[in-house]
Amino acid sequence: MAEKTYGGATVEVGPDGFMEDPGQWTKEIAEGLAEEVGISLTDRHWVVLDFVRKDAEDQGEPPGVRRITKLTDVSMKEIYQLFPKGPGILASKLAGYGKPQGCV
Amino acid sequence: MTDGNGNDHGMPRKVAIICSKGSLDMAYPGLILANAARMMGIEAMVFFTFWGLDIITEKKVDKLKAGMVGNPSAPLPHMLAGLPGMESFATSMMKKKIQGLDIPDIRELVETLDAAGTDLYACKMAMDMFGLEREDLIPEVKEVIGAMDFFQHAEGAQTFFI
Repeated sequence: MAEKTYGGATVEVGPDGFMEDPGQWTKEIAEGLAEEVGISLTDRHWVVLDFVRKDAEDQGEPPGVRRITKLTDVSMKEIYQLFPKGPGILASKLAGYGKPQGCV
Repeated sequence: MTDGNGNDHGMPRKVAIICSKGSLDMAYPGLILANAARMMGIEAMVFFTFWGLDIITEKKVDKLKAGMVGNPSAPLPHMLAGLPGMESFATSMMKKKIQGLDIPDIRELVETLDAAGTDLYACKMAMDMFGLEREDLIPEVKEVIGAMDFFQHAEGAQTFFI
């Protein structure tokens, strides 16, 4: 298992760079993870990330893109603008969770 | 460009999916794969040809049926598969299952692909064959193209034929 430092905190990450323990997550870590994939977090990114954090906690697994767009005011089009390198994986990754298992 | 984990490796990834069948069970795999690619940041295009045109034809998209005849995996004896009502029965069963799993219907899936930036193309030759015009297709279709245009658009892509 690898260790990486984001926003001054050292966290454990898996081989694909996803955090191993969502409990270690902080907003500063999210900023660091975002920077690494070329994203500067805006209020709209935070709408998505806050939802992913809450939903993953409630459901026990991170939500897929469809669920995020159904349960927030972020549209399908917008979520792809916010995370052009793949909202399906990045929303989850930046929120400190692993890859969502769902197909939509 | 991305490796599917949001990391840059300078290698563009792209998938081109050819949908040639218009039954419900053949429509989902191609559309779900294209959508999965986009969710991972992989560029995606879908080329609809032959019966696959049903998926993007305004009058047909909401009425696709589960293919039972000639399907060795059909969950009923083969001799019964062609009986009147069997197809509708199998279709409604499948739709119920899909809904229960919170998977979108075909129209929503195509709209999702469009919103996600997937390029949707219709095959010119198949359209001529079936007597279809551009206005018979759903608005999400980007362009009607020929087979040679397909190869041009699909350059460098992993290609799937369904």
